[in-house]
Amino acid sequence: MTNRPRLPDPNGPELADSTLAVHAGEDRLKVGNAMTDAIFCSATYTFPDTQAAIDYATLKLPREEYGRYGNPTERVAERKLAALEGGEGAILYSTGMAAISSLLMATLQSGDEVVLFDECYHRTRELCKKHLGKFGVVTHQVPACDYERMEAAINERTRLLISESPTNPHLSVVDLERFASLGKKHQVATMIDATLATPYNVKPLSYGIDYVVHSCTKYLGGHNDLLGGAVIGSEQALEPVRALRGATGMCIGPHEVYLLLRGIKTFELRMLRHNENGLRVARFLEGHPRVEKVYYPGLESHRDHEVAKRTMRGYGGLITFLVKDADHVQTAAVVDATTIPRIGPSLGGVESLIEQPIVMSYHSFTKEQREAVGIRDNMIRLACGIENPEDLIADLKQALER
Amino acid sequence: MKFRTRAIHVGNERDPLTGAVVRPIHLATTYVQPGAGEWGEFDYSRSGNPTRKALETTLASLESGCGALAYASGMAAIHGVTMLLSAGDHVLAGTDVYGGTYRLLHKVVNRAGIDVSLAPATDLDAFEAAIRPETRLVWIESPGNPLLSITDIAACAEIAHRHGALLGVDNTFATPVLTRPLELGADIVMHSATKYLGGHSDVLGGALVVRDKELYDRLYFLQNATGAVLAPLESFLCSRGIKTLELRVREQCRTAQRLAEWLDGDDRIARVLYPGLPDHPGHAIAARQMDGAFGAMLSFEVAGDFAAAKRVAESTKLFQLAVSLGAVESLIEQPASMSHASYDRDARLAHGIRDGLIRLSVGLEDFEDLQGDLDQALAWISQAGGRHLA
Repeated sequence: MTNRPRLPDPNGPELADSTLAVHAGEDRLKVGNAMTDAIFCSATYTFPDTQAAIDYATLKLPREEYGRYGNPTERVAERKLAALEGGEGAILYSTGMAAISSLLMATLQSGDEVVLFDECYHRTRELCKKHLGKFGVVTHQVPACDYERMEAAINERTRLLISESPTNPHLSVVDLERFASLGKKHQVATMIDATLATPYNVKPLSYGIDYVVHSCTKYLGGHNDLLGGAVIGSEQALEPVRALRGATGMCIGPHEVYLLLRGIKTFELRMLRHNENGLRVARFLEGHPRVEKVYYPGLESHRDHEVAKRTMRGYGGLITFLVKDADHVQTAAVVDATTIPRIGPSLGGVESLIEQPIVMSYHSFTKEQREAVGIRDNMIRLACGIENPEDLIADLKQALER
Repeated sequence: MKFRTRAIHVGNERDPLTGAVVRPIHLATTYVQPGAGEWGEFDYSRSGNPTRKALETTLASLESGCGALAYASGMAAIHGVTMLLSAGDHVLAGTDVYGGTYRLLHKVVNRAGIDVSLAPATDLDAFEAAIRPETRLVWIESPGNPLLSITDIAACAEIAHRHGALLGVDNTFATPVLTRPLELGADIVMHSATKYLGGHSDVLGGALVVRDKELYDRLYFLQNATGAVLAPLESFLCSRGIKTLELRVREQCRTAQRLAEWLDGDDRIARVLYPGLPDHPGHAIAARQMDGAFGAMLSFEVAGDFAAAKRVAESTKLFQLAVSLGAVESLIEQPASMSHASYDRDARLAHGIRDGLIRLSVGLEDFEDLQGDLDQALAWISQAGGRHLA
């Protein structure tokens, strides 16, 4: 029996996301005729004789050589992610931050400048300002979704525009068409960290964005049990990025790749549930007298609701809210009174997580620094898992009304 | 807490040492004890393992049992049940039990001086008539394989108990999402965890769940004495699968129902066997016994011969040709040439497994993609074949 073309087959029917999540990028007949992909732990790959090694090097034959340059299990996951995002290729990394730092290191050099929205993940901002700054890269930070300020910050040395969408924890939603057109107008590459959106809710490449970045630790892996990151884009855009991974070695491990592949099989189902739970819990919170404000792009009260409605299929599981007339201790009491969400950072897994940004991500910030980026003492971030929404709402209700 | 919330949280409490939201995988085979003759919760991994225990705790909650035991495979789990019996005892099983169960009962268990007979569990009078004074175990499956027959679990529990026998139910096809046999009076629930519980075609495993502590203790003793336990990595993957169990099963059932309705109206199909169709003989019982859906297994007969059915099964592109079931990937098989090929043709036909029968395990792919795939494969069946000729 010959192997059939991998899905999606360019000559076959177009396939829906749920079908792609199960099948895309996989060989139809696998090693040993197995249903699932094997976990290749091999660090190196052997040649039958010296001539074969010479042929590989001179003809650039498509095969493995050494684990840092690629691994068969990893390539399946890369093809699957590329198919889900509508990109030509994907590169996997040990973490989301490894993906971002690799992309920046591959595309920037001393004297180059980047412009980023100020609501980017604080580690991304730190990476740009503190670490890349040491190598002579200049970072301009402008308020999230202020496209005029962003355009004003662009000059002839600007090489990359950076944002997340939605942002964390304010859930601001970037107008991707406008963001991409800014890049095109000034011939500057654009990068969107779409971890919170996921390719189920939005596909940034379809708006003309050059690079999509994910922390696969979140919704893609989906079970709070692996660390991983990815950069997705056109083959041409990815070429220097892939070369740098071979040099710096921020590779994901084969076991984690397998868990990621396995997690993606249920990706659409989980996202439908995260979206439903997010919206229902956000609506409940918005109607609760002890809640001052809810940040959730699916709510009409959210600043970017119109953009979100136009560009997103759903709004995800992450919700940020403020407890009315509460100091940080009273806010902590609400967090501590919940029984279903665990207290901890991260998001996107089947288990709900809850945290107070001032004691987690922003613990080392002064009050002034926190206020400058809109992090309030009475702020709670809730990452809804896929539990039953009524259970989550009942739990939050008792925690707020205690 | 509701089913889905329990599937995620029961047995998966935060790790007390590190706070890890997902508990570590415990590979240790032995455990250091507080003192000579003093025993901690775990001593040796065959007798108990924290990763396996977490899975067992979740399963007990989902099946409304007092305890669960995880085994190396579904067959190891059934074998665990049959070891409750002694020479001279009798086992009565439904006629359409899984072939592996049939083999275990007729070629392994019988060697211990245990008598085995089969009777149709869908005909309750005939089933009760087959019970003997020495019957100790009654074993059923619902839905049955591959004809998707429906057995009334509550009625069988009454029959078994009236005659002093235990009722065991292989709940692999229905899953606890749809049917919880212990709530219907069964004594033992068995799973091939390889199927929907694991759900990703990558774990071999089995499980038993019971509601009576004394029965649990007897089964635990036998498992510990004979050793067919589930390994830690498999226990972890199975627990991970169970977190999406309800989502997967409900979505797979929705797609199966739509496929069944579509196939039922197609001229190239002679007959559709799916309990979610109103004309299925078990529909009324299924509607009562299965919670809001009718399973994701579906069989149909093409209007054509053995060769035509074989070509259909070999022509799908999304449905992959393989035995097993219950995973995210859709599978197709022809029972006459695959799962039931070991029967001689007359015996197979007598069981109702005809040459044109095809069995589907509906996965998580998009409905329209699966429908399109079946539609192109069914092009092998001539339209003129028509259901009236079948």
